[in-house]
Amino acid sequence: MDAITKRLKKPRNLIFLVALLLVLVITGSVPVAIGFAFLFGTPLVFMNELPPYASSLERIWQYTYLTMCTFIFTFLITPILVIVPLSFNAEPYFTFTEGMMSLSSDAFSLRWYKDIFFNGMAAPNAIEGWWADMWNNAQWIRATRNSFFIAICSTFLATSLGTLAALGLSRPEMPFRRLITSMLISPMIVPLVIMATGMFFFYSDIGLAKTYLGIILAHTTLGVPFVIITVTATLTGFDRSLIRASQGMGADGWTTFRRVIMPLILPGMISGALFAFITSLDEVVAVIFIADVEQRTIPRQMFSGIREQISPTILAVATVLVALSILLLTAVELLRRRSERLRGMAPS
Amino acid sequence: MTDAALPSTAQTAGAAILADDGIPLKQKLARTTRQLKWRAFLLTLPLVLFLIVSFVLPIGQMLFRSVHNPTAGKVLPNFTVSIQNWDEQGLPDEAVFEGFVKDIQDAAQKREIGRTVGNLATRINYEIPGTRSLFTSSARKLKRVKEGPYKEALLKTNKKWDNPAIWRALKRATRDFTPAFYLAAVDRKYDDEGRIVQAEELYQIYIGNFGKTLWLSTIITFCCFLLAFPVSYLLSVLPLRTSNLLMILVLLPFWTSLLVRTTAWIAILQTEGIINDILVFIGLVADDGRIQMIYNRTGTVISMVHILLPFMILPLYSVMKTIPPSYMRAARSLGANPFTAFRRVYFPQTLPGIAAGTLLVFILSIGFYITPALVGGEDGILISNLIAYHIQKSLNWSLGAALGAILLVAVLVLYWIYNKLVGIERLSFG
Repeated sequence: MDAITKRLKKPRNLIFLVALLLVLVITGSVPVAIGFAFLFGTPLVFMNELPPYASSLERIWQYTYLTMCTFIFTFLITPILVIVPLSFNAEPYFTFTEGMMSLSSDAFSLRWYKDIFFNGMAAPNAIEGWWADMWNNAQWIRATRNSFFIAICSTFLATSLGTLAALGLSRPEMPFRRLITSMLISPMIVPLVIMATGMFFFYSDIGLAKTYLGIILAHTTLGVPFVIITVTATLTGFDRSLIRASQGMGADGWTTFRRVIMPLILPGMISGALFAFITSLDEVVAVIFIADVEQRTIPRQMFSGIREQISPTILAVATVLVALSILLLTAVELLRRRSERLRGMAPS
Repeated sequence: MTDAALPSTAQTAGAAILADDGIPLKQKLARTTRQLKWRAFLLTLPLVLFLIVSFVLPIGQMLFRSVHNPTAGKVLPNFTVSIQNWDEQGLPDEAVFEGFVKDIQDAAQKREIGRTVGNLATRINYEIPGTRSLFTSSARKLKRVKEGPYKEALLKTNKKWDNPAIWRALKRATRDFTPAFYLAAVDRKYDDEGRIVQAEELYQIYIGNFGKTLWLSTIITFCCFLLAFPVSYLLSVLPLRTSNLLMILVLLPFWTSLLVRTTAWIAILQTEGIINDILVFIGLVADDGRIQMIYNRTGTVISMVHILLPFMILPLYSVMKTIPPSYMRAARSLGANPFTAFRRVYFPQTLPGIAAGTLLVFILSIGFYITPALVGGEDGILISNLIAYHIQKSLNWSLGAALGAILLVAVLVLYWIYNKLVGIERLSFG
């Protein structure tokens, strides 16, 4: 009790409470008041950083600054949070219905998640052979198969080629290092449309357009810069005397790589691979230009979905993708910490 | 240091130091260094070769396409030879007409892509808009013409062949290499006399679009900077545990699919969307006066700022993290007020991060395609969307390639500046 009264005595908390009450009375809506409390109340929690001698002007500025930051963080994360409840909409709309606002259970359903599995099937209600039907005909299932096949192949290619190149680039003897590095990173910089256009013409000439191989090559090209960047980052501060020690003990080049270098750069390799994987999984421009209907991927399917007949199925897919990116982000974060530990850097 | 000095003193003594096998040590060292260089280079070689095939060659071929358009030469082989002697005054002579009519008759038989009358008509239509039907209709009528005089026969199919401008355009088009598409890409064209002039107002779209792309990219970069700076500062001063938690709010959007984020913005910004619903609910906006925030420039800017914001926050944060807080305190204790301390002490130290972030965001935004295509409507599209339009819809590949080449040069210049100012090896994620 004491703590609460002590807090209430602070003028800023009082002002906040009065403002919150005013908002509640004027709009008469609880959700708006909750939004207000979140946006303007969160900064108050972090207000205790200032030393006691700070002037009130400084306090006001600090509060304004923290409120600003709350708004920006909200701006960053809201779009991602918003699609999750929308994807459970029972109606075919892209908005919160009144039922959803009052949290009535009729307003929510899993129909759009079912739609991911059934849309495009020849006989969705068949008892026999529905599994094969879904595997071969359901649009999103096919798109998912394509996406993962392409992503896994191009990740494998990008990681092996990229790691090899990063090993060369991080050697002190490497000639033309800057030039070659900038060339290897450039697929990340060159506008995708230009790249995709060039590839479309070139691959058409050599018969790779509208094939899986063509898209895999394109996605490998796009994934390579990420592998180079992450592996090179793990290799900076790599103790090169370990290599000499290993050679001095009679290991050949391959053994040195497998037993000494590889375990140390593995976290970098894996996070590079994850970057390449998500890049391929998310890439749509090259697919639009190079691929045929046969090779449609998830983002390609989403792209035409948004353009042609926008339905909450896209939001359901988006929610699944958000879950996937949370998973990948966690993996990368854990790997980064492990890599820092391995290299004896301060844990963060 | 003594090691380095040793060979030179030995050389002044007149005898180079020899290794066990009798080869001078210096020579041997040079050979080993060369070998090491080669070995390092060989490791990168597979990827370099791969990228040359999958990336450099395709783009090179596309650039070549922007100046090389052999359509007219392919469709009109005889005419291409005979027209070269024409002095461009009045109409060409009978021999030229004969070649032209025979070439057209040949082409009318063909179905091969790139060699049909339709292809030729499209090509000349780029030079003189509105001439497409002249070619296709005359080609149909010319089928019956078996013998000369060909000039009269052609003029009989359509009066417009009397115009020397068409023949001059045809002559220009027979050259395989042409700057015409670059001229078109900067809203210029050849006039009837073959001089370079500004295109008619109706056709002046590209300069304006380049300008719009640069302008919107500048706005987007600036907004990103304004939003990223306070957030990065906060992240850099908070204790690590808190800042790592808040970092998730930055990294999660970064890892989320571009299309997911664009879809989310459609759901938020559309006229029946969340923001409008809230505004109507609060009573700021009437139900029939909902604000159009998407399918225009506003939609493009808002969603692209959201998508590119992490690319600004991450470099800024990594620079700000290295600035010791004691500098600000020192400035304050030396008598600077908070604003002066920030302006003279803190801000200059963040400049490397600002350079890295703004350049990266600017480079990425001038080449953006997906988001403007989905939320840009008519007004919010960028130059990438025009390139895609020419490659996929209008099939004026050379013009698309020329626009692409200009964009590519702009991006490469910025990339070069980035490399000079920041250094590509400083790029990192998360």
